[in-house]
Amino acid sequence: MSEIKKFMYVNRKAPYGTVYALESLEVVLIGAAFDQNVSLAFLDDGVFQLLKGQDTKGIGMKNFSPTYSALGDYDVTQIYVERESLEERGLTLDDLLPLKYEDEDDDWAEKDSIRLVNREELAGLMEDQDVMLNF
Amino acid sequence: MATLHTVNKSPFEKNSLASCLSHLQSGYAVLLFEDGVYGALRGTTIASQVEGAARSGRVYVLGEDFKARGLDEGKIIEGINVVDYAGFVDLAAECDRVQSWL
Repeated sequence: MSEIKKFMYVNRKAPYGTVYALESLEVVLIGAAFDQNVSLAFLDDGVFQLLKGQDTKGIGMKNFSPTYSALGDYDVTQIYVERESLEERGLTLDDLLPLKYEDEDDDWAEKDSIRLVNREELAGLMEDQDVMLNF
Repeated sequence: MATLHTVNKSPFEKNSLASCLSHLQSGYAVLLFEDGVYGALRGTTIASQVEGAARSGRVYVLGEDFKARGLDEGKIIEGINVVDYAGFVDLAAECDRVQSWL
């Protein structure tokens, strides 16, 4: 059995205007089948991907934002959101989807997947990865 | 004489909106759509650049794109008008030319 590596998916683009956000989500879901240590980072315009209340009926595109809420079921539970990116866009944690997972090591207690980190902390987390996938 | 300026790129990623705003002439209209709608948000690092132009009442945001992205209409910069696709067409028809800031 090969060793477990740390994979980080870095999301820096707004949803819908380009296909990056949707493609990233697809790759995360495929990658989730491979029992690795996976985390997602949302920074710059990537934080817009996690906004609550997306309603794409008017633009004829699929609203893929509900899929973020399912990530916990795929054991994708480490979701880092950069505080400075939110602040620059006039957003707070309350504007984002409440992403949760059930912790099997803690009697399946429901916990928040989103961890708010500052730029310095995120830079440190990036240094700690084996593989970076950028979108 | 009047030009409709359209911006479809995020103001946090490209300078399309900033450049557009600095080239406005009298009679202008500005329409924010696709990822350009983020320029209509209050309380951002770029909002102050948009507020001046919005005072004219001739800055518009495409409601469908705004809603798709989960943005709150209560957070639109004062003076910006929400239009639908038909409103977009009306603006294009009433102006003499359209300039797309890609």
